[in-house]
Amino acid sequence: MATSKEEFEARLQEFVGLEIGAPEVGADLVNEPMIRHWCEVMEDRNPVYTDPAAAKDSVHGGIVAPPTMLQTWILDGFDMATPEKQPMNKQRELHAVFNEQGYTGVVATNCDQSYDRYLTPGEQVSGTTVIETISEEKATAIGIGYFIETRTTFRNQDGEQVGWMVFRVLKFKPSAQPAAAPAGDDGAPAAPVRLRAPRTHDNGWWWNKIDEGELHIQKCGECGVLRHPPRPMCGECRSIEWTSIISTGKGVINSYVIMHHPPIPGYGFPIACALIDLEEGTRIISNVVGCDLDEVHIGMKVSLSIENVDDEMKLPLFKPAQ
Amino acid sequence: MPTTLKNEAAIVGVGQTEYSKNSGRSEVQLACEATKAAIMDAGIAPSDVDGMVTFTLDTTDDIEIARAVGIGELTFFSRTPHGGGAAVGIVHQAAMAVATGAAKYVVCYRALNGRSGQRYSEGVSGNIVTSDLIHWSYYMPFGLMTPASWVALITQRYMHETGSKPEDLAQVCITQRDHAVKNPAAFFYQKPLSLDDYMNARMIVDPLRLYDCCQETDGASAVIVTTPERARDLDAGSAVIRGIAQGAGSEQEVMTSFYRDSISEIREMDVVARECYRVSGLGPDDIDAAIVYDAFSSIVLMQLESFGFCKTGEAKDFVQDGNVGLGGRLPINTHGGQLSEAYIHGVNGVIEGVRLIRGDSINQPPKSDHVLVTAGIGVPTSGMILGKPD
Repeated sequence: MATSKEEFEARLQEFVGLEIGAPEVGADLVNEPMIRHWCEVMEDRNPVYTDPAAAKDSVHGGIVAPPTMLQTWILDGFDMATPEKQPMNKQRELHAVFNEQGYTGVVATNCDQSYDRYLTPGEQVSGTTVIETISEEKATAIGIGYFIETRTTFRNQDGEQVGWMVFRVLKFKPSAQPAAAPAGDDGAPAAPVRLRAPRTHDNGWWWNKIDEGELHIQKCGECGVLRHPPRPMCGECRSIEWTSIISTGKGVINSYVIMHHPPIPGYGFPIACALIDLEEGTRIISNVVGCDLDEVHIGMKVSLSIENVDDEMKLPLFKPAQ
Repeated sequence: MPTTLKNEAAIVGVGQTEYSKNSGRSEVQLACEATKAAIMDAGIAPSDVDGMVTFTLDTTDDIEIARAVGIGELTFFSRTPHGGGAAVGIVHQAAMAVATGAAKYVVCYRALNGRSGQRYSEGVSGNIVTSDLIHWSYYMPFGLMTPASWVALITQRYMHETGSKPEDLAQVCITQRDHAVKNPAAFFYQKPLSLDDYMNARMIVDPLRLYDCCQETDGASAVIVTTPERARDLDAGSAVIRGIAQGAGSEQEVMTSFYRDSISEIREMDVVARECYRVSGLGPDDIDAAIVYDAFSSIVLMQLESFGFCKTGEAKDFVQDGNVGLGGRLPINTHGGQLSEAYIHGVNGVIEGVRLIRGDSINQPPKSDHVLVTAGIGVPTSGMILGKPD
């Protein structure tokens, strides 16, 4: 269905200000067993939540619920995981409008909560949710999309406001990410992989040779000097003519680091990155594999092993020389 | 016309925002606040300003700042590339402008939401859409993709060649922290660092631990540059630029100059040191205090050698012998530096250099007739020597 962006955005704005449906009422009253389960899982050992005697002596005068439990009192339970069991409401209608236009992805981005007071056992919580804002189209790292903000106001059985929550999600068109592997057949997100080397005019050929299983070193077509990383002109004689040789892959570690933090997905930190003096006289950055990290040292002799690091990418890696 | 920049320009005003982890406002606003503060400190009117310089990495537009602050016509505007290497480079641009008459009063500023906005610690990614693509392709697939990792690689080699130990890097961190402990503007105000704290902190990229790495900060810093003649007519104290230079070494890359004969040499700063001394006619013995760019602790050691305060490989002894503390031969980073005050890409250090000359640093040493200020290394960089007005 072809819909102009203006029509689409106008349709989105019709949802702004709407309550998504009837108030969601908690299936259980605020109760001590659920408070205890929560505190166990969260490892929150504050006795005012679980120890009647300590709670009685506290400013609360009795057991209270952790404020951060606020939303849990109105959650659906296991039905949440079964979309077909979910009744249609304005929020799901809005998501359907997005889905029709290809904005099929959804990711929660922010949640702000405010608590007016502590809840006590026996209270019944309900929540009224309003679609508060829908942003302009935004370009994000995971794709273009729109931020939707909903505001839920929580009340007790007497209609007294006990807190609120603003929840923000991004509905987005998943972009084709060259660095991300496709999702599996089961729809589960695939494991992150290493960033691809961007290939352009001056470096693409070198990576293509890696794909073919060869480590090349650029060689000036005039004076014969070797150079790495590849670049279009010889710094010695300024010739733009060049060829390349295949490296023997024998080298010595000039310096190295062990990467710990931040733990960039797809690399399996900690790993060793090294600057290697190749016997041809040029240097290359690579990883040292095939030994314990604490064995890596300056002066270590290493040899090339071009290996697949995932289904698609080959890298020139180095192992301790035999 | 001047034939060098010796005594041709002076810094007459400094301004800054608070330094925080979440400014809660735009980088444009931060730049405006710091610029306004620098103009007021100099005692000039916004309409006196006719030049503006910032970093190429700065997201703000100079003319937006000019409009917001009420600066009128501009006759000079420029930007300096290569990240923290621009810290003094922006002053260099301004000095050339005022010395040649291209402008009378130039604002040099840097504003960033470095913690709540884009964080440099996250490193490079495949999303870059510039010619940098080619450059980073040789590092990204191997995971060598953060500033800490690039500096760690040259640090490992430097430590190997000089015998420097983690305790030597710690000495830099602890000395600077001692300075920050007394500085209310510093993130680490009243928070001292012990050797145990340093050693027990987590590894970021071995051999660099957490406290070897600078902070990420929201904030802005700005200074006003004019001629020494105009500076004499102002009430604000000035710092005269005795010598100033930019420098790139041979075989220079941005953060990955791994293909030089020796990767433990910072040739770009050797160029800057040579030029600063040549222009000023001064030498290491004339320098009383220094603001040494400290994105990472190890590069402080390397720069002490570049500027000849000690012999190559002996910076570890220089710092361990107490030379860089407040009572020492060469107090460094008296504001706490970027390790312990704030990371405003070195421009907060330019401000501290001016304070040292004016005599109003929170950690004022007894003698500060000449103060060195340096910029980032591993990138094309810059430095200057400040002195007192005649």
